[in-house]
Amino acid sequence: MAAADSPFSSTFRQRPWSRAVVHVLLIVGSLVFVFPVLWMLSTSLKPIEQTLTPDPVWLPRPIEWRNYAATIEYIPFLRYALNTVFVCTLATIGTTLSSALVAFSFTRLEWPGRNLLFGLTLATMMVPFPVVMVPLYSVYRTLGWIGTLKPLWVPTFFGSAFSIFLLRQFFMRIPKSLPEAMTLDGASEFRIFWQMYLPLSKAPLVVVAFFQLMYSWNDLLGPLLFLTDQSTYTLTLGLQAYQSQEGGTQWHYLMAASVMTTLPIVVLFFIVQRALFQGMSSTQSFEG
Amino acid sequence: MASVTLKDVVKVYEGGVKVVDGFNLEIADREFVVLVGPSGCGKSTTLRMIAGLEELSSGTIKIGDRVVNDVPPKDRDIAMVFQSYALYPHMTVYENMVFALKLRGLDAAVIHEKAMRAAKILGIEGLLDRKPKALSGGQRQRVAVGRAIVREPKCFLFDEPLSNLDAKLRVQMRAEIKQLHMSLHATTVYVTHDQEEAMTLGDRVVVMKDGVIQQCDGALEIYHNPANRFVAGFLGSPPMNFFEGQLVREGDRLLFDEGTAKVSVPSWASAELAPRAGAAVVMGVRPEAMSDQASARFATAENAIPMRVTLIQPLGDKMDVVLATERHPHAVAHVDAHAGIRVGETLPVFIDTERVHFFAPGAVGERIATRRR
Ligand SMILES: Nc1ncnc2c1ncn2[C@@H]1O[C@H](COP(=O)(O)OP(=O)(O)OP(=O)(O)O)[C@@H](O)[C@H]1O
Ligand SMILES: [Mg+2]
Repeated sequence: MAAADSPFSSTFRQRPWSRAVVHVLLIVGSLVFVFPVLWMLSTSLKPIEQTLTPDPVWLPRPIEWRNYAATIEYIPFLRYALNTVFVCTLATIGTTLSSALVAFSFTRLEWPGRNLLFGLTLATMMVPFPVVMVPLYSVYRTLGWIGTLKPLWVPTFFGSAFSIFLLRQFFMRIPKSLPEAMTLDGASEFRIFWQMYLPLSKAPLVVVAFFQLMYSWNDLLGPLLFLTDQSTYTLTLGLQAYQSQEGGTQWHYLMAASVMTTLPIVVLFFIVQRALFQGMSSTQSFEG
Repeated sequence: MASVTLKDVVKVYEGGVKVVDGFNLEIADREFVVLVGPSGCGKSTTLRMIAGLEELSSGTIKIGDRVVNDVPPKDRDIAMVFQSYALYPHMTVYENMVFALKLRGLDAAVIHEKAMRAAKILGIEGLLDRKPKALSGGQRQRVAVGRAIVREPKCFLFDEPLSNLDAKLRVQMRAEIKQLHMSLHATTVYVTHDQEEAMTLGDRVVVMKDGVIQQCDGALEIYHNPANRFVAGFLGSPPMNFFEGQLVREGDRLLFDEGTAKVSVPSWASAELAPRAGAAVVMGVRPEAMSDQASARFATAENAIPMRVTLIQPLGDKMDVVLATERHPHAVAHVDAHAGIRVGETLPVFIDTERVHFFAPGAVGERIATRRR
């Protein structure tokens, strides 16, 4: 964003010193957030002796790039990564597709009880996960899903309340005449959904997909509850389990694994950043 | 091509508002019918019912010989051009135009040929690869029409297709739509709230008010023989002047008393008006049937009303003179431009009694007498 658009720009012009104050605050704030990340990076490159010294070592000497290769052998990193990617892919597709379909139905289709059900859907957002943890567990046990990856992705194919809400708000901004024109052109409702609402909603769909991906990638509680066998562990659970495995934790390996876990999400964020911001600010126009 | 018949069509929206009330209209094959009326009178609703985008509360709509009440829009074989154009923003112009054809599963070569023919007719061959966002208003308009004509539907529906264009372009596109109609010979229903558009385009014009047809006839017929005061005031620009007054009898002569002066009732109207002597009536005079001394071809002492000039609007060789009397603070005369009139002066204004209309009192007062021509 250009400086001219900043909400502070007029203040900056009137009181030049205020710019300095704001910047100092922002820099301090970002240091607080970046500190653990830097520490993780640094530790991942240390020889074991330097990981837990009384005087913190910031720049490891020598830099142990080998830690990364060793980690992959030491922890079943690839197994965990594969499980995580599997869950994340299905969950992302599931949430995006099902939420979009439900949102379309809430926006475009007329059916009795529609508004009531939409209210109910929103209300489920108020229920915290721990409240439904136990009932969910018994449901999945009945289904025989405990110990499999299914509890982590199957439910996403039934929509997520917040995503439905987000997409519905966006869909409502698509002028009615567009789907009407397509109806007259001979398109079915599903085709209208598939060939009009989805392509016009790329930005909010990216938002929904990215948030689900991030959630599934970072989720610890779900895997902790539902996974029992090490071969099905996801990265978060795997690393967690590894930490306390042998008493003396191999911090340099753990941190290397953490870096490898975090990196894909960070990279992805930079790739989709633009679409993400566009989707959240929703200034797209449907002129024409 | 096909006729379109609406019989006793009623539309009531939730909340009980009757938006269209007892609409009867038979549109012949190849006819160009314009629905015109003030904002909110139910024009779009009527059109959307023909398209199938809105359900009827009662009545029937036929396209050709088929009752289409329960036929889904896509099977009605109609094409609609929306006020907002409703071009698919994520598709190119070409994709917009061929979308419907592709859905019908036509052969690719046939599709291409039809699209190119339509593009040629509308002069948009150079725009086919562009997205709607990269088009001007007039170009979007053309594409919207193009998307309609490639489908070769039985009937075209237009909902205020020109209202987003500037005045000059509007006149140009109006002519093009008329020409298009003459070459395609498609049955067309065209909605507008612009009376000029209605007059220039329609084989027949349907004037609506509050969901009810006020009059349905050829444009000139409506202009010269308006069925009631509402219709008379709606068509024509500047609109017809209405003088509310009384019929009085002086000796054997019948006069219209405006309040400031009396005007003799023309002989052609006396038969209809005589029984109403003593009653209130409304005299309607078009601006071009009112004149000052200088340009009056019809000046006598019998048809003059003194009026004060409140404003002069020059229009080149003509000018609109805004006039006021005690009872009627706003009347407009459309006269030849000359320098003899000053704002503020009071002068006799002559009424061409051959061209006046008489209506019953009230906003939609029925016509009592009009000179047939
Ligand atoms: N979905 C709806 N629900 C309730 N009332 C509606 C609905 N759509 C339209 N109306 C009402 O119906 C009336 C007629 O609407 P319509 O759109 O047909 O008017 P119009 O003649 O096309 O006007 P305009 O020239 O402004 O387009 C209006 O008073 C409008 O408020
Ligand atoms: Mg309308």
